Amino acid sequence: MRIELEKRAKASALFSILSPFIALALTILFGGVMFALLGKNPVTALYSFFVEPLSEVWSLHELAIKAAPLILIGVGLSVCFRSNNWNIGAEGQFIMGAIAGSALPVLFYDWQSPLLLPLMMLLGMIGGALFAAIPAFLKAHMNTNEILTSLMLVYVAQLFLDWLVRGPWRNPQGMNFPETRTFGADAVLPEMLASGRMHWGFAFAIVAAVLVWFMMRYTLKGFEITVLGQSERAGRFAGFSSRKMIWFSMLFSGALAGLAGISEVSGAMQQLRPVISPGYGFTAIIVAFLGRLNPLGIAAAGLVLALTYLGGEAAQLSIGVSDKVTRVFQGLLLFFVLSCDALIHYRVRLVWDRFAAVKTEEAH
Amino acid sequence: MGIVEAILFSVITAATPLVLAALGELVAERSGVLNLGVEGMMIMGAVCAFAATQLIGSPYAGILAGIAAGAVFSLLFGFLTLTLVANQVATGLALTLLGLGVSGMLGESFLGMQGIKLQPIAIPLLSKIPVVGPLLFRQDAIFYASVAILVGVHLFLFKSRAGLKLRAVGDSHSSAHALGVNVIRTRYLAVLFGGACAGLAGAQLSLVYTPQWVENMSAGRGWIALALVVFASWRPWRVVAGGYLFGAVSISQLHAQAFGIGIPSQFLTALPYIATIVVLILISHNRRMTLINTPASLGKPFVPDR
Amino acid sequence: MKKLLVALATTVAVLGIAPAASAQEKAKICFIYVGSKTDGGWTQAHDIGRQELEKELGDKIETQFLENVPEGPDAERAIERLARSGCGLIFTTSFGFMDATIKIAAKFPDVKFEHATGYKTAPNVATYNSRFYEGRYIQGQIAAKMSEKGVAGYIASFPIPEVVMGINAFVIGARAVNPDFKIKVVWANTWFDPGKEADAAKALIDQGVDIITQHTDTTAPMQVAAERGIKAFGQASDMIAAGPQTQLTAIVDTWGAYYVKRTKAFLDGTWSTSSSWDGLKDGILTMAPYTNMPDDVKAMAEETEAKIKSGELKPFTGPLNKQDGSPWLKEGETADDATLLGMNFYVEGVDDKLPQ
Repeated sequence: MRIELEKRAKASALFSILSPFIALALTILFGGVMFALLGKNPVTALYSFFVEPLSEVWSLHELAIKAAPLILIGVGLSVCFRSNNWNIGAEGQFIMGAIAGSALPVLFYDWQSPLLLPLMMLLGMIGGALFAAIPAFLKAHMNTNEILTSLMLVYVAQLFLDWLVRGPWRNPQGMNFPETRTFGADAVLPEMLASGRMHWGFAFAIVAAVLVWFMMRYTLKGFEITVLGQSERAGRFAGFSSRKMIWFSMLFSGALAGLAGISEVSGAMQQLRPVISPGYGFTAIIVAFLGRLNPLGIAAAGLVLALTYLGGEAAQLSIGVSDKVTRVFQGLLLFFVLSCDALIHYRVRLVWDRFAAVKTEEAH
Repeated sequence: MGIVEAILFSVITAATPLVLAALGELVAERSGVLNLGVEGMMIMGAVCAFAATQLIGSPYAGILAGIAAGAVFSLLFGFLTLTLVANQVATGLALTLLGLGVSGMLGESFLGMQGIKLQPIAIPLLSKIPVVGPLLFRQDAIFYASVAILVGVHLFLFKSRAGLKLRAVGDSHSSAHALGVNVIRTRYLAVLFGGACAGLAGAQLSLVYTPQWVENMSAGRGWIALALVVFASWRPWRVVAGGYLFGAVSISQLHAQAFGIGIPSQFLTALPYIATIVVLILISHNRRMTLINTPASLGKPFVPDR
Repeated sequence: MKKLLVALATTVAVLGIAPAASAQEKAKICFIYVGSKTDGGWTQAHDIGRQELEKELGDKIETQFLENVPEGPDAERAIERLARSGCGLIFTTSFGFMDATIKIAAKFPDVKFEHATGYKTAPNVATYNSRFYEGRYIQGQIAAKMSEKGVAGYIASFPIPEVVMGINAFVIGARAVNPDFKIKVVWANTWFDPGKEADAAKALIDQGVDIITQHTDTTAPMQVAAERGIKAFGQASDMIAAGPQTQLTAIVDTWGAYYVKRTKAFLDGTWSTSSSWDGLKDGILTMAPYTNMPDDVKAMAEETEAKIKSGELKPFTGPLNKQDGSPWLKEGETADDATLLGMNFYVEGVDDKLPQ
């Protein structure tokens, strides 16, 4: 038996909607078997993963908090990836954005003003963009591969943050523990609703997703991004510069990652600490592709992935599995979603008979 | 042993897993497949190597188990990306996630056990040469394997017909297909080789570097290996140079700290990453050379027309 | 999606296993871990404490935990989840959970919280910590006796007061025996990377130290010391298995006693907030057997341990100078707890520079 794919003439609209559900069904099936094999009640497990986090208001807020950075970074990255620029250092840009934006509340602690928050957000975007400018410059002008430079700079950003919060930016009243002061009231991104902790970072993420979707679909810039991404040559004939695109896409995704960083710090943490991200910049790469590089899809994918994190916690409590099991389950879900996407562009056929396959080949 | 030899010895141990995993990934990427799951395959190799060594009692059984684990795990990636043409970047990242989870589950019963270290094998005569002898010829089997793999990969890619075909697949899969090369099978084999090498690198971690099993013990080395392939602009010798450069800077910064030079340790710890970037800038000024060696079809899916 | 969820929810309801609050009367005692419960170091020590608690009071309580919880917003969510799921007493076992604990505690005034190694308390938040430095002082004394070269290597994780305090206590202990004793410090900038910890140990040994001590979590440095035939100290747990001929002793974190004590208070209704900082005498840390050393060194170590337990000896007692030679504590003066908890300077004899 083997599997054969046949390219569809047109992407299947039916399957582009249906494939995530097929993936979900497969995950539930295989995940259920896995939990049963581990001696856990599969129904409880699946309930914890997919339903429990959605069944309470506070938990929905938490879902939004977890999804916001993933969506914001993922949307920015989609522009990069579509234009064929491989920024995999969003984690570093997230951190540098957070640092740049936090400079105001940390260094000018007593300054309170309604201007403070917008300035912080702006600085966050600038910080992220400037950090992304390093790989952009090196790629555009020094011919240096951005995969390596952006990845290596992640470690540099992490260590820089570590040094800042243990050294110059350490809270003078904090018993010398490695964290900055807690931000003043005007420096905190407010909560959106009274019913939970969700802050405006989630609104930024949704707005960014819609705007980028609009840009990609209806503007010349979006066309330029797509054309240059598909073929540099074709882009050149259309009068587009791939060098300018390197700058644009890297700065753009860096700015969004930076905004995600400062929103997370200002909205959810209110201070800098040695580690401010559990790998959002990397997880967002998965989110970007799960969403098929479509900003609206990315918003959905970010929510789904956030759900599996929350669900994993719920499952740890309800059925007592370790968090390794929840990670395996997460991996399963990702695998099924990714492979079911094949259905959109291809007709999948199981070929049982070797000779039949040979015959069809001859017939062509 | 003098201090310089001692440092070099530590560098070799630290660089070997990077070099091994990077050489494997290099072959996969040369065939046009970008597998970001190196970290996941490596950690699977580490846990299976450790487990087999404990169960069977011989680290050589562990080596085989590590290679097999990496290879099997890479097949999962191959099935998704080559047969089902799933996105390579996302699948690779998901593979890393899965690997960290599965290895944690498998390894639970082996935590805290005392490892069996893979013993060095002295090569007669050669190991007697001063300085070089103890460094290069009194090493363990995995180090020798890394040298053999380096030479093998180089000869295969640039001196053999099969290697030429593999590079053709990576440069333009449609042309290679038109010429009658079986693109999918070539890529499967390349991915499998990459997985086996990553598994072997993992085995080095749990049998040589630190003979023990702890969760997440690869601690990001798979990512460094990925960066090294790019650093090397897809040339095997440069992978080795990059791996040893990275290892050397990492070890030297620890020595600088122990020596007490008074620079914040965060800056010293960042040095290997910065050094890699700087050296890459210096060696990538020649755009044409870089382009020639970059597999043009890297990361692009291929489905044969019927 | 919605339909599916509804269907699933109904199935769950029909089967009658919806995770609603159970009617059991057992009190729920919960834990938040920063690492994996099998990390062989910090978190595992807390989990062993949890298991002891279950063994001791299992008929009255049940325990639950969440592991690998990242610090920051994730911690807040995890703590809130526990508070909502009916936990009466929640131990948050990492310094980085401090602000999250305080925030959630304000929302759930009826739930009690215990935060490890922090300094912020509230009516329903207590803090607890262990005087690890007492063990490090003993180790310093042993090192000074056992080292031929008079130099020990110290593999440190991150420059936080806890670690700095440990380095200082070690040096003070060593210098009480050998006034010329020196240590070399390497910051690994990680709690947990066996490869890097091993490399750090190798670097230190290559630079001439003949005793290794670590404030990182894996047994890798112990393995390296064993290979190179020198002595070493274990960290967080008894690492004797990794170096049967190598380990001199180890500081073993034994949180169980504290967990039992506080849970009992909670069950009695006598729980109230406090900042407890227990030491060797309370059993919150214990010294692994003194091995691989001559009898006179062992006798000295045991004597020091006894003196610390009785309160006769306090490691941070003057005369002590700071690293630059300026006086810190006068003859007979002891450092107060606040200074120790925020310690950010070295004492004389440390060959390293702290980031300021």
